[in-house]
Amino acid sequence: MSALYLVAVGNVPDKVLQWITNAAAEWFPMPVKHLAGISIPAAAYDSKRKQYQSVEIMRMLAVNAPPDATRILGVTAVDLSIPMLSFLFGQAQLDGQVAVVSLCRLQQEFYGLPAQDDILRERLTKEVLHEMGHTFGLVHCSAPKCAMSLSTHIGMVDTKSERYCDRCGLQLAQRFASLDGGV
Amino acid sequence: MKKNWPILVVDDEDVMCESMAAWLREDGYRVDTAPNGQKAVELAKATDFAICFVDLKMPGGMDGIETMMEIHRVRSEASVIIITAYATVDTAIQAMKEGAQEYIVKPCNPQEISMLVSRILKLKKLQSENAILRKKLTRQYRHHDVITKNPRMEEILELTQEISSLRSTVLIRGESGTGKELIARAVHFSGNRAEKPFIVVSCAALTETLLESELFGYEKGAFTGANAQSKGKFELADGGTIFLDEIGDISPKLQADLLRVLQERRFYRVGGTEEVQVDVRIIAATNKNLAQEVQQGKFREDLYYRLNVIEIRLPALRERLEDIPLLAEHFVQRISSELGKEVHGISPAALKVLMAHDWPGNVRELENVIERAIVTCRNGMLDEQDFSWLQHAATQQNWEIPDVPLGELERRAIVAALERKHGNVKEASAALGIDRSTLYDKLKRYEITH
Repeated sequence: MSALYLVAVGNVPDKVLQWITNAAAEWFPMPVKHLAGISIPAAAYDSKRKQYQSVEIMRMLAVNAPPDATRILGVTAVDLSIPMLSFLFGQAQLDGQVAVVSLCRLQQEFYGLPAQDDILRERLTKEVLHEMGHTFGLVHCSAPKCAMSLSTHIGMVDTKSERYCDRCGLQLAQRFASLDGGV
Repeated sequence: MKKNWPILVVDDEDVMCESMAAWLREDGYRVDTAPNGQKAVELAKATDFAICFVDLKMPGGMDGIETMMEIHRVRSEASVIIITAYATVDTAIQAMKEGAQEYIVKPCNPQEISMLVSRILKLKKLQSENAILRKKLTRQYRHHDVITKNPRMEEILELTQEISSLRSTVLIRGESGTGKELIARAVHFSGNRAEKPFIVVSCAALTETLLESELFGYEKGAFTGANAQSKGKFELADGGTIFLDEIGDISPKLQADLLRVLQERRFYRVGGTEEVQVDVRIIAATNKNLAQEVQQGKFREDLYYRLNVIEIRLPALRERLEDIPLLAEHFVQRISSELGKEVHGISPAALKVLMAHDWPGNVRELENVIERAIVTCRNGMLDEQDFSWLQHAATQQNWEIPDVPLGELERRAIVAALERKHGNVKEASAALGIDRSTLYDKLKRYEITH
């Protein structure tokens, strides 16, 4: 059966990988497997902006995809961006195989506050559901509480809940049903 | 997927195109990318992009401004957002001058882009809704130049649609100036004969012999001056429609000839021996009561029934008072533009005058009245005094009393009121300022049947 592969890109604490594994196991009907972590591709670094291009990281993840990978989710601690946007919480191929999430701006420390694991876990779960949702074909949802709603700042991440709205949940279930046998 | 609003990203850097497209696709948009201006224009020819993100600097070939101008040449409605990594006031001003919707410096805050996209699309949605509503309104009020919101006229317009592609003969009844020809045109131009000729013949304008040769044509030598064969209106209308206006005025001989055409779709040219066959739809119109003409032996009964397959009775303007403001406004706009005179509208007081008038000449009279008012108008708005002559004429007309006994005058007033109100005693009595029982007494006294 195809699996969802979780890959640490650069240094990522084990507890973080475990949180993601738990969330993925709860929401997605496929085995969650861990791939060995990879280094952050040098080509991804933008020295001017001191950030990492998500597209390069996603390319690297796709190259390293095992044959049985239905989805690959990269997780990294570095700050992600694309040339057009100043930052990203994560990015995914719509209806594709690869997604990546960044811890950087989900951490309280980024905003000058003391670290709080429960907040980080909560925010991370939301972003994992969000980016994985994209890989299963979901687009942004207009329900502010839905994990698929667009977040352009951390306040919007905190507004969302750690779940999909009924409509997105149903769409996802239909998608899983069509993947039956393929996962 | 927000497929109705496709977006184009134009940048020579692959990573820029790819990442921006991926981010927008997550929002549900259909996104295309182009590595240069030429490709962008090519794509824009095929797709009506709502928004085009175009990088200002693209080495080799067109730069962002040139690309934007070319895109606008093929898609004038596309909103182009110029992107640059190096902001200068000059380039920003140039971009905006050349028609850019926005000028943004990358990298942008995601919220900024998200709000920009949704703001532009919200505007486009409103513009598109506005266009749809305008079309709906146009359909509601305009139908082949027939302007109305009167329910009976709307029913007639619906009927014209339904019968437009049939070959059945149509008889349009209505007072002078009610728009009988417009309705005939609406029938013709809505149907499968629209590409073929629509030929108008005014039967009352010509003598019997002239009308005969006008309708059926003539052979060389058929009469003095017939130096060459000439096709008649029926031949000219072949495949299309012939509109016979004022059909009630044709002579008995022509009634017989017309009946033959209606029955057999063939006829002889004047002075000819060879039959001519045509495929013509006939629409006839009259301001006479043809049924009454038949009873009086003035019109052939068989022809009447042949013509009256589908009957349309157009209401007089006084029966569609709600159309007066609409028509008046339409005529003001059209005639002022034709005359090159700046008249922007019509005041409520002036409209009141128009609403109170009886309009015996119907829409044509209204058109003429508006034209006269525009010609003499000294302000940018038609006002009450621009129609004072209309009130004066009406008053004068009302006081032109024929030299007849008083009882006869009363009888005529009652008959006229009943005619205007189509035999409705309640309305006629109200118009005459008497109660119904009094009117009934008078009807009995003057032996008026209604």
